[in-house]
Amino acid sequence: MLAFVIRRLLQALLVMLVVALIAFTLFRFVGDPINQMVGIETSVEDRARLREVLGLNDPLPVQFGRFVWNALHFDFGISYQFKTPVIDLIGERFPATMELALVSALLSLMLGIPLGVYTALNRRSWLSQLLLALSLFGISLPVFLIGILLIFAFAVSLGVLPAFGRGEVVRLGFWTTGLLTASGLRAIILPAITLGLFQMALIMRLVRAEMLEVLRTDYIKFARARGLTDRAVNFGHALKNTLVPVVTIAGLQFGSIIAFAIITETVFQWPGMGLLFLKAVQNADIPVMSAYLLLVAAIFVAINLVVDLLYVAIDPRIRLETRSG
Amino acid sequence: MDAPSQPVKPDARSQGRLAAFLDNDIVYSFLRSKVTVVAAAVTLVIVLAAFLSPFIAPHDPFDLRQVSLLDSHMPPAWAAEGDRRFLLGTDDQGRDVFSTILYGARISLIVGVLAVAFAAALGIVLGLTAGYVGGAVDSLIMRAADVQLTFPAILIALLIDGTVRALFGEGRNEEMVFWVLVVSIGLSSWVAYARTVRGSTLVEKNKDYVLAARLIGLHPAVILFRHVLPNVIGPVLVIATINLGIAIILEATLSFLGVGLPPTQPSLGTMISIGNKFLFSGEWWIAIFPGITLAVLVLAVNLLGDWLRDALNPKLR
Amino acid sequence: MTEPVLSVRNLRVEFPTRRGTLVAVDDVSFDIMPGEVLGVVGESGAGKSLTGTAIIGLIEPPGRIGAGEIRLKGERIDHLPPERMRRIRGKRIGMVFQDPLTSLNPLYRIGDQLSETILTHTDVDAGEARRRAVALLAEVGIPAPQQRVDSYPHQFSGGMRQRVVLALALAAGPELVIADEPTTALDVSVQAQIIALLKRLCREHGAAVMLITHDMGVIAETADRVAVMYAGRIAEIGPVRDVVKAPLHPYTVGLMGSIPKPDADIDRLVQIPGTMPRLTAIPGGCPFHPRCPRAFAPCPTRRPELRLHGRAEVACWLFEPDMAEAAR
Repeated sequence: MLAFVIRRLLQALLVMLVVALIAFTLFRFVGDPINQMVGIETSVEDRARLREVLGLNDPLPVQFGRFVWNALHFDFGISYQFKTPVIDLIGERFPATMELALVSALLSLMLGIPLGVYTALNRRSWLSQLLLALSLFGISLPVFLIGILLIFAFAVSLGVLPAFGRGEVVRLGFWTTGLLTASGLRAIILPAITLGLFQMALIMRLVRAEMLEVLRTDYIKFARARGLTDRAVNFGHALKNTLVPVVTIAGLQFGSIIAFAIITETVFQWPGMGLLFLKAVQNADIPVMSAYLLLVAAIFVAINLVVDLLYVAIDPRIRLETRSG
Repeated sequence: MDAPSQPVKPDARSQGRLAAFLDNDIVYSFLRSKVTVVAAAVTLVIVLAAFLSPFIAPHDPFDLRQVSLLDSHMPPAWAAEGDRRFLLGTDDQGRDVFSTILYGARISLIVGVLAVAFAAALGIVLGLTAGYVGGAVDSLIMRAADVQLTFPAILIALLIDGTVRALFGEGRNEEMVFWVLVVSIGLSSWVAYARTVRGSTLVEKNKDYVLAARLIGLHPAVILFRHVLPNVIGPVLVIATINLGIAIILEATLSFLGVGLPPTQPSLGTMISIGNKFLFSGEWWIAIFPGITLAVLVLAVNLLGDWLRDALNPKLR
Repeated sequence: MTEPVLSVRNLRVEFPTRRGTLVAVDDVSFDIMPGEVLGVVGESGAGKSLTGTAIIGLIEPPGRIGAGEIRLKGERIDHLPPERMRRIRGKRIGMVFQDPLTSLNPLYRIGDQLSETILTHTDVDAGEARRRAVALLAEVGIPAPQQRVDSYPHQFSGGMRQRVVLALALAAGPELVIADEPTTALDVSVQAQIIALLKRLCREHGAAVMLITHDMGVIAETADRVAVMYAGRIAEIGPVRDVVKAPLHPYTVGLMGSIPKPDADIDRLVQIPGTMPRLTAIPGGCPFHPRCPRAFAPCPTRRPELRLHGRAEVACWLFEPDMAEAAR
């Protein structure tokens, strides 16, 4: 078990290192740290001296090491666009994205799982067919289109929900939350649905597919042959076996929620990291891009690790195998 | 007491060839599912309309002589201030929305198909190599795949685009933008193909006919392409159809975000982003019509992919 | 005159497909007496498993029971409403499947799976259910049952797992146990143990057994009577000793001849030419006639019924008195 955990940690570290390498390459070679910081008038000698001072002539491994060291201390350089430390920019916007992502994820799970179970158990009902058709919409429509349609329906036509911004926020230490104000809550509804609709449709279809598979297994057949009630068979046995892979996939999907937040934040002008990243891409603001990459990679890798460990905790076969293996 | 023999229809081969074709399981399940037939028909209509756009579009939205600011912001033909020349209205530049949709759909489809082809080609080659050669090469490719899989496609595509933008600045022309789009979408989706093909290659590698081919001295590439590849086409096709829907959405998203196709050569996504600005002032048609077209197109492609997956799945037959 | 535990009459299991209705079990009839072991033997695809599945009411749509009656101690069970059939399953009819690994839910401890079955069918509390679970495990020969009751299925070897499966099938005390290829997935060395255990348990619990298998050797060792199935029909049915020593139906003769006997002085095993027909192409008349070395005039067109001949029943024109004359 311990060996397994250590192995996974090393794997995670490896991935982070690769990403750090990419981010470093981006930072050092695609952008020019000097030209973005100084004006045109600065002399060649001054630039050369600046290069020396900033350590840009040191051997590459040293520069890479410095880069990683700085990153670990949350020093990601200065933004080309805003001339402020990247970490400040990101830190300010991190809570907005996280709140949006978490609310969306919760929404998609709370609706996706029950609906998936329903459509698996009631295959032929008209409601199931309808839900399946709607879920096809959910995974076919691009996120931005869903956002625009929702804005058109609820903000423009009906005028009941806001189309922009986060509403009023409350500051709690370094975190800002919009969930404690009425305007904040109203503001998060449309973005959360937009972001979560795809996930919800995905989870619903996944739960349905998994459950149908599970219902075909021998142990379900045997459970029925023992005369267990439908409730025990469907919810006691089938559901538990279905949720194990579903929960892990749903967990991994959280990473893509954070990525899709880029789009949602653009549509709703939500002041989060995603919008910041997009502006960075549009303006070739390399430090912000590379910092976002590192941060997001760290989140993804952490999620993957947690999900893997969770899987081991839930599925006794793997748990006991790794103990003896 | 005689029991009658089973009341079973005569074998398909004894019927005519057309009847035999219609009797084939895959074709049967296709025709049986009304939804799929409709989806295929819709896709066909859109594809044809898109590719015939130079011929059937009432206006050429890129011909600056035809486009006039005087015509801008006009609502669809059936509205009060509409003009029968512009069926679905005009945008802020005076371009006919309907014509722009046709051209836009065309570009969206071309980018999507090219990106899928690129991803498939890359994925197949890497998958075959990883499966056949094995060892360190296999490990390397699979590790790269794992690392890439931790990141959603949109992120990868955005990163590639941002990098190119930083490297070339404003010196990028339209053609470069087009190819960067194709490559970045393609690069973000090769993994699924590679994994499937690798799996099949591993299975086929140990079969007798491959060993025999190696004994004769056939070059590995020949063995791979002529013998292993045909066995893998089925799953690859399924992945490709799902991938096409995703590629179209990716391109539309990138264009919407402003890092895809520019307004001078708009795809459906670009049009929607333009129209987004005018939603609140009541000019909904600039965004909504392209939006509907995009939605219908992707939906149809996904339905086809769903049906194909079920039809090719041996377990469900 | 005791009443049979199970009485099957003219059972027909069919599958409607777009090419027509396929009949997988065709006009099958037999009885099982209390405490008796009836072997059902035949090649793959003969319809033996489907017969068992039909009896316990687990045929999946589009398959269905097209005709016939199934009676459990005189009570009809073939078209019961689902809830009543559920109460019969496990409590009055138990079923054991081929693969013990996939028969057990990997995420639950076996003690919990046993307790659940007991609690579903009997009115005891959780503590008593657990006690019974441990007792059952001891009965099927699991060592250290007090500890192992909390183990997971994958922590057992194949043979042990099948013992657990037997315990589960017998947990609620059924009158009839249907065993569908219970030893096929097991090592040869373990097979004999499991069969012996099955026989002993059923004898001690007073349950009848329907033992479905393609392994004639198992039947010869364990069964009291045997039914030989071919293409969905019963070709021959009778006491084991008679059918094995003096087979009547040409198919049974072929089956017996194809069993290797170490001490017999033969050069080649008997092979029945050809294969069992697919469901879409069952021959008319007697379905075995294309492969039968003794087929004659009536065989291709007229279907024989089961008829008593000595102590066994056989469905073959060779044993119809008036027909047999024409055969000579």
